[in-house]
Amino acid sequence: MAVLTYREALNEALREEMDRDDGVFIIGEEVGEYDGAYKVTKGLLDTYGEWRVRDAPIAELGFAGLGVGAAMTGLRPVVEFMTWNFALLAIDQVINSAAKLYQMSGGQYNVPIVFRGPGGAALQLAAQHSQCPEPWMSYVPGLKVVSPATARDAKGLLKAAIRDNDPVVFIESELMYNTVKDDVPEQEFVIPIGSADVKREGSDVTIVTYAKMVHHSLIAAGQLKAEGIDVEIVDLRTGRPIDVPTVIESVKKTNRAVVVEEGWPACNIGAQLVDDIQREAFDWLDAPIARVSGLDVPMPYAKNLEKLVIPNADHVIAAVRHVCHGKQG
Amino acid sequence: MSDPTDPVTQDEASRPDAAPDHPGAGDDSPPTPPDGSLSGNGTGSAPMEAAFLGLSRDESVELLRQMMIARRLEEKAAEVYQMGKIGGFCHLYIGQEAVAVGSITPLRPDDYVITAYREHAQAVVRGMSPEAVMAELYGRVDGCSGGYGGSMHMFSKELNFMGGHGIVGSHLPLAIGAGYSIRYREGDQVCLCFFGDSVVNIGAFHESMNMAARWGLPVIFLLENNAYGMGTDIRRVAAADELVQRGKAYSGLESVVVDGMDVLAVRQVVEEAIERGRTEKKPTYIEARCYRYMGHSMADPSHGTYRTREELEQWRSDDPILDYSRQLIAAGRLTEEQYKEMDAEAIARAEAAAEFADQSPLPEPGAVYENVYSDAYPHGIARRDDWREEFS
Repeated sequence: MAVLTYREALNEALREEMDRDDGVFIIGEEVGEYDGAYKVTKGLLDTYGEWRVRDAPIAELGFAGLGVGAAMTGLRPVVEFMTWNFALLAIDQVINSAAKLYQMSGGQYNVPIVFRGPGGAALQLAAQHSQCPEPWMSYVPGLKVVSPATARDAKGLLKAAIRDNDPVVFIESELMYNTVKDDVPEQEFVIPIGSADVKREGSDVTIVTYAKMVHHSLIAAGQLKAEGIDVEIVDLRTGRPIDVPTVIESVKKTNRAVVVEEGWPACNIGAQLVDDIQREAFDWLDAPIARVSGLDVPMPYAKNLEKLVIPNADHVIAAVRHVCHGKQG
Repeated sequence: MSDPTDPVTQDEASRPDAAPDHPGAGDDSPPTPPDGSLSGNGTGSAPMEAAFLGLSRDESVELLRQMMIARRLEEKAAEVYQMGKIGGFCHLYIGQEAVAVGSITPLRPDDYVITAYREHAQAVVRGMSPEAVMAELYGRVDGCSGGYGGSMHMFSKELNFMGGHGIVGSHLPLAIGAGYSIRYREGDQVCLCFFGDSVVNIGAFHESMNMAARWGLPVIFLLENNAYGMGTDIRRVAAADELVQRGKAYSGLESVVVDGMDVLAVRQVVEEAIERGRTEKKPTYIEARCYRYMGHSMADPSHGTYRTREELEQWRSDDPILDYSRQLIAAGRLTEEQYKEMDAEAIARAEAAAEFADQSPLPEPGAVYENVYSDAYPHGIARRDDWREEFS
């Protein structure tokens, strides 16, 4: 095992997959000479050259579509969006091209492509740079959506995404690149897309979450332990497909559930999870499911207002206490 | 279409005069490309051979045959659409056949072709069977996309025919992706990308041309300027006197105009573009000035609110099939009788395609979940409605 940052883990995954398959290339803004806006692609240009590490103009629609066309003709592109906020300019290529070509062509043209970059809020970047794209992307049949919370998961899932024969949306985080670090196996490993991971075992309540909110939930669980509440944390890791069986198994054990995510509350992945749980574990529930999410507003700039919008461990603790109210310990 | 069985006696005096943006229009001579390169340099057989670009008699007649097959297939599509056999949108290519035939026939099988939603004829010229095209229009399993795509989404990976795209301009970035693949693998193919005039105003046009020119991607951007984006005259919405000038902004992009009603003229500029792509690794932008004789789609009138009957009739008298057949007959490469035989064959082929499509089965209901993912459909992903019977 080696302790790597989230950023280093992603870089290793890219290197390993580029070494393994010479059809893998990276295209995006600043990925080459500048070493990546967030240094995820550091050093790759020197190793692989400009046709495999391509500095693109600021033209998200164009280079995302270039990736799709390259994927249709035998390559495995990794398209980096400097942030997912800018991917909105390219959404026609992600949804109307990448996600649909396999079906529209009657199964002739699959599109093995990864669209990756950071999503979610960072630090006071205001409304246009602080959005969580997971629910938008998870709505679309034909896509797979990955949002890892640890360095280990980031590496294993990015390798899986690059090897996948269908388009994969891969959402990282500016705030996790450097602050999240954990043990990453030194030997080759791949984590299957669509598998959730129990990040903490517990018996009293299940928190279902993903990405940055996994860490807030872990902090909350530590504090709740002192109150005698034993929290289980299921990290979805993948927004599409959702690993429903793992979620249900946990809820049937704890009989209580809280779903936690960073983004807006309406029509989000948490809303979908509540539906899955009530359908498949209604009789096991001892309390209504609670949801924690960001506030339903564009992100304000002011530091205190931003703090109000983004969920934190205190919000998670409050929600857990609520669903565990009256629980006999 | 005008009666194609009578190519010789067509009234030459009814040719369009001064139709806008159309080189060669305005006089009574057959259309020639703007640089006059096909007009020959004297009299006798040498210029005549040069006029046919060195094609043998059979090869030059084959171009006509392909245009006729495309035309008759589209006419059949119009007929069965009106009978309710075809659903959704149906955009017909009638009038533009010279562009598809002139540009696709000089390609190699390993070159790529990508296009928009007016693509039935282009698919057939690329080598797709009329049966596979018609069955796709009917939404049947034997369609080129298995009934999943329909009129706007025809694909053949075997023929490197990359579709069939329904969002205006969205396939230009895909075309440069194919071009990127070619350079990446150090190949010498090209990617031929068709699009309509309305694309010149969309961002993807600029982004694609910019990257293709900057990185030397062997893409042939073939603009089919039929003068109208749906029902809007392109001159009302494009700040360009000539659409070809949009290409002049990019260093490394050759931009040319061609008479899109003249199959040989199209073929000549495309041959040059192919050579430029294969050897110099450079893209080319071609504005082919042409006209569609039908409405934007089957739901639209051919004329009325946005263009006049007179304009349509003028362009009809410049029919690419009739003009070329006259040219072949004048050169002694074709007889009127052969022409009639070819037309009868094209009609029969279209009839057979429709017959085939009618007999082809509908997709099985269980196919509804197929082809969403190329790997196994991931567990948990299918949100099946509890109140419906499960398929499988």
